[in-house]
Amino acid sequence: MTSTLPPPERAGLKRPRISARTLRTDRWWTPPLWTVLGLTAFLVYGLVRVLQQDHYWVADYGYLTPFYSPCLSASCAPGSAHLGTLPWEFPWFLPYALFSLPFLLLFRFTCYYYRKAYYRSFWQAPTACAVREPHGRYTGESRFPMIGQNLHRYFFYAAALIAVINTYDAALALFHGREGGFGIGLGNLILIGNVVLLWVYTLSCHSCRHVFGGRLNSFSGRPVRYWMWTQISRMNSRHMLWAWVTLGTLVIADLYVALVASGTITDPRIYN
Amino acid sequence: MTKRTFHVWRGGGEGGLAQYEVEVNEGEVVLDVLHRLQATQCPDLAVRWNCKAGKCGSCSVEINGRPRLACMARMSTFEPEESITVTPMRTFPVIRDLVCDVSFNYQKAREIPSFTPSPDSEPGDFRMQQEDVQRMQEFRKCIECFLCQDVCHVIRDHEENKEAFAGPRFLMRAAELEMHPEDTADRRKISQEEFGLGYCNITKCCTEVCPEQIHITDNALIPLKERVADRQYDPLVWLGSKIGLRKGADTPVPPNTRKRTSSPEQ
Amino acid sequence: MSETTRHSYDVVVIGAGGAGLRAAIEARQQGKKTAVISKSLFGKAHTVMAEGGAAAALGNVNSSDQWQVHFRDTIRGGKFMNNPRMAELHAKEAPQRILELEYWGALFDRTPDGRISQRNFGGHEYPRLAHVGDRTGLEMIRTLQQRVVQLQQADAAEFGDPEAMLRVFPETTVTELLLDGEPGAEGSRVSGAFAYIRETGDFLVFEAPAVILATGGIGRSFKVTSNSWEYTGDGHALALRAGATLLNMEFVQFHPTGMVWPPSVKGILVTESVRGDGGVLRNSEGRRFMFDYVPDVFRDQYAETEEEADGWYADPANHRRPPELLPRDEVARAINNEVKQGRGSPHGGVFLDVSTRLPAEEIMRRLPSMYHQFKELADVDITAGPMEVGPTCHYVMGGVEVDADTGASVVPGLFAAGEVAGGMHGSNRLGGNSLSDLLVFGRRSGLGAASYLDGLGEDRPGIDDAAVERLRAEAAAPFERETGENPYQLQQEIQQTMNDLVGIIRRGSEIEQALESLDKLRERVAGVRAEGDTIYNPGWHLTLDLRNMLLVSEAVARAALMREESRGGHTRDDFPAMSAEWRRVNLVASLREGGIRLRRRPLDPLRPDLMELFDREELGKYLTEEEMPPAPRSGGSETAKEDK
Ligand SMILES: Cc1cc2nc3c(=O)[nH]c(=O)nc-3n(C[C@H](O)[C@H](O)[C@H](O)COP(=O)(O)OP(=O)(O)OC[C@H]3O[C@@H](n4cnc5c(N)ncnc54)[C@H](O)[C@@H]3O)c2cc1C
Ligand code: SF4
Ligand code: SF4
Ligand code: FES
Ligand code: FES
Repeated sequence: MTSTLPPPERAGLKRPRISARTLRTDRWWTPPLWTVLGLTAFLVYGLVRVLQQDHYWVADYGYLTPFYSPCLSASCAPGSAHLGTLPWEFPWFLPYALFSLPFLLLFRFTCYYYRKAYYRSFWQAPTACAVREPHGRYTGESRFPMIGQNLHRYFFYAAALIAVINTYDAALALFHGREGGFGIGLGNLILIGNVVLLWVYTLSCHSCRHVFGGRLNSFSGRPVRYWMWTQISRMNSRHMLWAWVTLGTLVIADLYVALVASGTITDPRIYN
Repeated sequence: MTKRTFHVWRGGGEGGLAQYEVEVNEGEVVLDVLHRLQATQCPDLAVRWNCKAGKCGSCSVEINGRPRLACMARMSTFEPEESITVTPMRTFPVIRDLVCDVSFNYQKAREIPSFTPSPDSEPGDFRMQQEDVQRMQEFRKCIECFLCQDVCHVIRDHEENKEAFAGPRFLMRAAELEMHPEDTADRRKISQEEFGLGYCNITKCCTEVCPEQIHITDNALIPLKERVADRQYDPLVWLGSKIGLRKGADTPVPPNTRKRTSSPEQ
Repeated sequence: MSETTRHSYDVVVIGAGGAGLRAAIEARQQGKKTAVISKSLFGKAHTVMAEGGAAAALGNVNSSDQWQVHFRDTIRGGKFMNNPRMAELHAKEAPQRILELEYWGALFDRTPDGRISQRNFGGHEYPRLAHVGDRTGLEMIRTLQQRVVQLQQADAAEFGDPEAMLRVFPETTVTELLLDGEPGAEGSRVSGAFAYIRETGDFLVFEAPAVILATGGIGRSFKVTSNSWEYTGDGHALALRAGATLLNMEFVQFHPTGMVWPPSVKGILVTESVRGDGGVLRNSEGRRFMFDYVPDVFRDQYAETEEEADGWYADPANHRRPPELLPRDEVARAINNEVKQGRGSPHGGVFLDVSTRLPAEEIMRRLPSMYHQFKELADVDITAGPMEVGPTCHYVMGGVEVDADTGASVVPGLFAAGEVAGGMHGSNRLGGNSLSDLLVFGRRSGLGAASYLDGLGEDRPGIDDAAVERLRAEAAAPFERETGENPYQLQQEIQQTMNDLVGIIRRGSEIEQALESLDKLRERVAGVRAEGDTIYNPGWHLTLDLRNMLLVSEAVARAALMREESRGGHTRDDFPAMSAEWRRVNLVASLREGGIRLRRRPLDPLRPDLMELFDREELGKYLTEEEMPPAPRSGGSETAKEDK
């Protein structure tokens, strides 16, 4: 800091001494509680599934769960590794989607919405508005390591690339009909729905909004970028919604693939 | 007409809540009830107000723990039996009762480099389209009620951060000027290093309380963080500045503005 | 006991609204050390509440607009009682002032070619109001506030202290001007101001050879008003007590549409844009009654049938205006009459309806803050049903008598600008003309004060310590009293008296009654008591405001009693007609032996070149025979022009 002068308020005046943590009378602690439960549930589910190293591929219909895409271990089921594999078989603790998962995790970890969600719920800074937080000191994202949150845009670029791969997976699955060639089953709809929503979530990202138009100071004379910025802004205003919806669709897509792959249910076919 | 129970903060920082039974009529807001208290029970009850229509941002207080404008808090939104607690803003020192010393905010306002049009331009030269000004117009709806400054945990819960952090209202002001098509200054570096943008953890309480419904976090703070990332955390920019390619200079905090604001003489 | 501190400035500006800030900026730019004093926080003055816009003949939307047209509209609106020089300067300089604001960072709404957009408003021939949605006043005050900060930053760099040349004293109330000499005496001039700090109750003495009043209006003296607690007429009263004069205080504008329900928000403004955008007024019988109230002078400019009126919104060139858009005074009187005749709405107003006129989305887009205001405060959805509205005291046209070019009052060193100054708006102000007035005359008074100072040289007036001592004692007196009335009660009585007896429709006998009541109130106010201590004590503050309210109320009532005609913001039931003879008369109020004295002074005549902007027929409705320009000879107006 450039200055060590005292705070500007008049000497002798004090802030109101209210000992209660908050005077709020509503149930302010419910939203953070739900956030903790929701995020924990997803993480536990994801961890279990990633370490399972099984039931991720439905060879008959070409369904690949997004949790294993792109599948990179030499032990990947035949046909599931659309981009080829590395020469090694991964040990039990390495996820098959070794390259994409860390980036996706970091993308969501540094996402402006998730930051809000876990700062409030896990870190309790603050638990809810106008509720005193329990920490003695606070520097937010101004110091290492939290200053790293500013790298979000690079994870956005990576996530966009991975969304392309997921799209490719979902498209490929359309050409695994029972009789060969084009075919659609419930699984396809789920995978496609998931991919579409993933795109909506990814494109509604604040970094994306910035890159496509937000960084400009003047929109006039740049109608295409203005249009893109406007559309992204519209999606962006629901970014929180997309963040939760895509957690849901990821679980649904993965669970569906797992259930079909393990033979627990069969995939209803709509066409071929 | 019914009687309601009010708990109102009386005195300075060391004061406390006093209980009042007071009449409430149909259609009234909390400010009306405070005025009735003034007229009937405690003529010296201090509360700021001007417009009574949510336009001037004078009557900021905390009602049942929530930062709000007293003139826009309708009595009918409370449960019939609920008692109502009115306290001054917690983040600022209390002068008396519900009135705070908000000079912190005026001090911060003065540290932000002003609008800087190109020296070659003159009044009447600007040609800006509606889409160019729209983004900033949202921020200029701000009535300076300072409720966002009050609720922001960075300074509400950590008074020691007041020096390093300008607060959402003034980070938004920096964002506004950065987006101005005719502005030539560059406040990105000082936004991060002097005004404490990094302290904001985008938890959106400022947005939640803003009576003008300005999307402070989504439309001002996060875009400013992205602009700062352009300037500070982009490897290409970093390389460019190392080899002297980057054009434009960082605007410094205006000299000698960082000192105690004037205060009424003792 | 409270402290007294002294400050020395070149110029002290009382008031931090649009006029005050613009004056201070100008004084500072002229190199004068300037202080700005305001009763509320910096940036909260009344100007923030202005909604519609600022009138300036920029010609961005209709290029036919010129200052002459704006001038003509202003004079028509004021029923030819305006100070012509002020109206001229205002019309000429408003565009520059608006562009200057833009250059300081104001963001007005835009036209498709990137200029400042302008909107239609009552009484303005062309779209003329530069605006930002419905929060133009906020934009203006914020911009001026930020300009002050910009100048302070420059001073910080140059002098090491941001407040070296321009300092704001927020929440500080001036209770009296200081004079070198006796008020009203020959050679007496302003030497400063005496104030207290609301936060602490400490006293301040400002030594300053030039003081600019920019304290706004007097609306708090009326019960139903759109004005805030600040509008206790302080500037008017300060000027009177310093020996200056007030002009035409009988002209008080009642805005036709204020909220009437719930009681706690009665008076809060419903912007004229509601009618400008298609809203219509109906009585309890569902009739658009405004068609019955078009006065003769406006007969040929306003529609006679609903079809014709409705056509105007889309095609103004081929239709006459709907009568809802008559000048404010006409509409206010009409509503008043409907209610009196028993055709009012349940809560004593009439119905203003846009819900049947525009689709809901359109209402939300054009009138967002009105939608918000009714939803939040009255639980009425204006997209689904009508609003209830009634007249509310809004603006005072009367004010300190000033020199048009410099804002100088009759007391040397005392200047006034903005709502507190008189003359500019005649008997009725057009919407949007106030915001531009603030800028034009704010700047001019700053310039005027600067050149007055340059003329003074070393001959600066001195402060009379005995006077300071007396003022201190006076201000502290309400605390010393053992008994005395509650100030809130007294304030209510003043408001009720003015509202009922000197309100929108006046009658000689009632005004006399009001004067009697005010007289009695004066004694009670002299004994009013404050409780508690001096730290931010609104009760005490009110005790000190009361005498200003009383003095100003008396000025309004006396002038209202004397002017025996009806014009603009002054309607006499017993003298319902407009009189050409009275038009030539300015009523000038001054303070003599503790009471208001009125003097008649002739109104400045219109310059012949400005007179030419009107046709003879129109002039004939306002002017006396002898004032009329010479009749054109047979050749018509062409030759008339060549004659000169
Ligand atoms: C609801 C509403 C809507 C309006 N809409 C429009 C519109 O659309 N267009 C338009 O042109 N006009 C409009 N007006 C009118 C216009 O806003 C005012 O006339 C104008 O703002 C007055 O400005 P001012 O600078 O003279 O005074 P103000 O802005 O009222 O400022 C007065 C200042 O003087 C200070 N002051 C007063 N007394 C003292 C004292 N004793 N000591 C120290 N300081 C003191 C106050 O604190 C304040 O800072 C509207 C008015 C209202 C109420
Ligand atoms: S979003 Fe940032 S500025 Fe706003 S309240 Fe939260 S921490 Fe403060
Ligand atoms: S941004 Fe909103 S909450 Fe903050 S000061 Fe402005 S109006 Fe108040
Ligand atoms: S993904 Fe949420 S902000 Fe970028
Ligand atoms: S009094 Fe103006 S915002 Fe409440």
